Amino acid sequence: MSQTNLGTYSPNTWCPGCGNFSILNGIKTVLNELKDTAFPLENVVIVTGIGCHAKIADYLNVNSFYAIHGRTLPVAEGIKIAKPGLKVICFAGDGDAYGEGLEHLVFAAKRNIDVTVIIHNNRSYSLTAFQYSPTSFIGFKGRSTPKGSIEAPLNPLELMLASRATFLARGTSHGLPLLMHLFKEAIMHKGFALVDVLQVCVTYNNLYEYYAKRVYELQNHDASDFTAALTRIREWDYNSDDSIALGLFYRKEAAAYEENFAPSPITAQERDFRIKQLLRQSI
Amino acid sequence: MEEFSVLIGGKAGSGIDKAMLILGHLLNQCGYRIYIYHDYPSLIRGGHTFSIIRAAKTRIGAHRDKIDVLLALNRETIDLHHTRLNDDASVIYDSNAVKEFVLSGQTHALALPIGKIVKEENAHEVMRNICMIGAFAKAIGIPMEALAKVITENFPKETELNLKIAERGFAAAETVKKIAPPAAEPLPLISGSQAIGLGLIKGGLQDYVAYPMTPTTPLLHFLAEQANEFSLKVIHPESEIGVMLMAVGFAYSGEKTAVGTSGGGFCLMTEGLSLSGMSEMPVVIVLGQRPGPSTGLPTYSGQTDLHFALSAGQGEFIRFIVAPGDLEEAYYWSAQALNLAWKYQIPAIVLTDKNLNEGIGNFDISLVKEMPEIPLPVWDGKVPYKRYADRESGVSPLAFVPRKDAVIKVNSYEHDEFGITTEESAVTKKMQDKRLRKEKYLREELKGFRQINSYDDDDRSTALLCWGSNKGVCGEVAQKLGLKMIQPVVLCPFPEDALREALRGVKKIIVVENNATGQLGRLIRNYGFRADEMILKYDGRPFALDELETSVKEAIR
Repeated sequence: MSQTNLGTYSPNTWCPGCGNFSILNGIKTVLNELKDTAFPLENVVIVTGIGCHAKIADYLNVNSFYAIHGRTLPVAEGIKIAKPGLKVICFAGDGDAYGEGLEHLVFAAKRNIDVTVIIHNNRSYSLTAFQYSPTSFIGFKGRSTPKGSIEAPLNPLELMLASRATFLARGTSHGLPLLMHLFKEAIMHKGFALVDVLQVCVTYNNLYEYYAKRVYELQNHDASDFTAALTRIREWDYNSDDSIALGLFYRKEAAAYEENFAPSPITAQERDFRIKQLLRQSI
Repeated sequence: MEEFSVLIGGKAGSGIDKAMLILGHLLNQCGYRIYIYHDYPSLIRGGHTFSIIRAAKTRIGAHRDKIDVLLALNRETIDLHHTRLNDDASVIYDSNAVKEFVLSGQTHALALPIGKIVKEENAHEVMRNICMIGAFAKAIGIPMEALAKVITENFPKETELNLKIAERGFAAAETVKKIAPPAAEPLPLISGSQAIGLGLIKGGLQDYVAYPMTPTTPLLHFLAEQANEFSLKVIHPESEIGVMLMAVGFAYSGEKTAVGTSGGGFCLMTEGLSLSGMSEMPVVIVLGQRPGPSTGLPTYSGQTDLHFALSAGQGEFIRFIVAPGDLEEAYYWSAQALNLAWKYQIPAIVLTDKNLNEGIGNFDISLVKEMPEIPLPVWDGKVPYKRYADRESGVSPLAFVPRKDAVIKVNSYEHDEFGITTEESAVTKKMQDKRLRKEKYLREELKGFRQINSYDDDDRSTALLCWGSNKGVCGEVAQKLGLKMIQPVVLCPFPEDALREALRGVKKIIVVENNATGQLGRLIRNYGFRADEMILKYDGRPFALDELETSVKEAIR
């Protein structure tokens, strides 16, 4: 395997020990591997939202669209529908994809567009200096909820399963081999793929110990079984102290959205001719 | 008759929109020039809907309040519109639906058992409209063969039944006043939405993304119908936020894209509009105005969003805004908006309204100026690629994914030339200057375009100043009253020099607008011009010719 340094000159400003480093290093390794076996690097486009996660656009020397908060998916969908040969990977935060841009996430899953979504789920708004997020537990004392959050968290994987996503997985920023395996499988999946990464925020929400005690890898799970997937996804609701399954929950083969737009470009002459033809028919 | 107007009305759902098209095509085939105004409420069935079809011997772009023929499918149509009847007008009505009523002595009333005829033919009640048109043709002396041709072309399904019912209506009526049609060649009869759609296609449109919203929904429908013919990808996503962001994604992949909406949807798009400005991803927005604030009058017309369009989106970035005034301008400028957006990598707004989008008239392509290709600034591959390379013109060379020899990074944050985020003061200033510098070159290029229409360029010292769809009505009134008519078409960057030139010798400016505050009047004040009078109408209905004439006469008295 030929290693390409996928870094840029941009100085890295993540906090030391941030879980985002695992995601960055993991994706670099995976892209390096896939460039030799599956698709060239120039076919990769990454799309990010806004938040700590999004700086990955500056740190990866691949095509990128550093978009706005919550809106990775519609941008990614436009890119992919126009050029289905591209590998489009969204990096989004939990506030970003599960909060501000939730409608886009649901609809992208519903369409089964062939886009990979990697969620840096640190269960906290960190770049905005510590508030609760859509996946924070009840009682989370952020700066907008000093007495503790009174809302129960979303279970994003359950929501995504209901939204017809065809690839759903969960990893953690402290389990790099599994995470890289899931990234690779998600990127190679034809259709909408989401990997929820329980990413530790060392500054505001350090759940390293908490996760270490509870996570386990799925064994003997049939990822093609919807009901089984739902059961395993519901084991942990992002609020309770139950054990937390990691790995591939669900995978289904289905037609991808962008396949419906067969390109058949027309020349300027043909276009002019057809405009005139249509006008003649309107007389 | 030099010209005449026909009003057809009935309940929503009784086929008024189809009937107006048939009437329009019928009179178009006779060689008349046509303008159709369609008035409908925001509901699916019930409520009153009507259309006024005006036919004239010369090109027209407005309707009159007064009518010569009233076609009433129900009683309400007569109650609501009898005051519009000219002396010597005719009323044709369905005597099965309309019982006794009194009209002024001059009016010729033709009572026909239309409901009964349709029942006898076992036809759907909606076909009363065709029976009515059969009667109308006879009443004004158009032969049945001419109507049969139009019906055959417009009803691919149930052609025979429609013909039969039209014939029965024709046979039941009598000729009241025979028209003497002009011997002109008919021209295509299309809506503003179709003109905009064809213009976008002419400009090289590849993708159209929209969430349905009156008055741009017909544009979505038209382009969706034409998608195969013109190799378009037409997408209706989850929201206008999704629409705008998807369009920006298409632009990143190098595809020419337009979106369409009205004020409320445009509110949701402003975040993406600002992204388009910062990331330099071109997109064309067709913004069809209707009266606001908020939901306002969804199916009516207004010119209420000029200042919103001028300033929408956070931060400072350049944009191109054009407000076409008729079908030919809608076609021409929709194409050019796409071309200019791409050349300068900026958002462009085609600012229209319900009146233009849903008005129907003759489209004369021979009046449209040639559009020489505007070449794109494409990267030559000789120097390493930087998406935001800082050139004198502010325009960076374009390259699109996938390229083996280039990494293409775009960014919503302030960024350096390569597209990497920056917070450095010097880079921030340099990049903002680069983006804003494009305006100078855009202004210069626009001098080669007709940015302001000015009619009757002699020494007339009073001018009607209008924009957008008021072009047609103002043009006719100005001509009749011997006034100058000036219509800025490009509204941003504002062509102040061209306006100054057009206003040379003008002592009195009368601004005519469909809003309550005089938005164009306010805009020209920024450039040192002042409206002397303002004629404003903001009830959702466009100016009728006779109505505006009265107001202008008062203003110049």
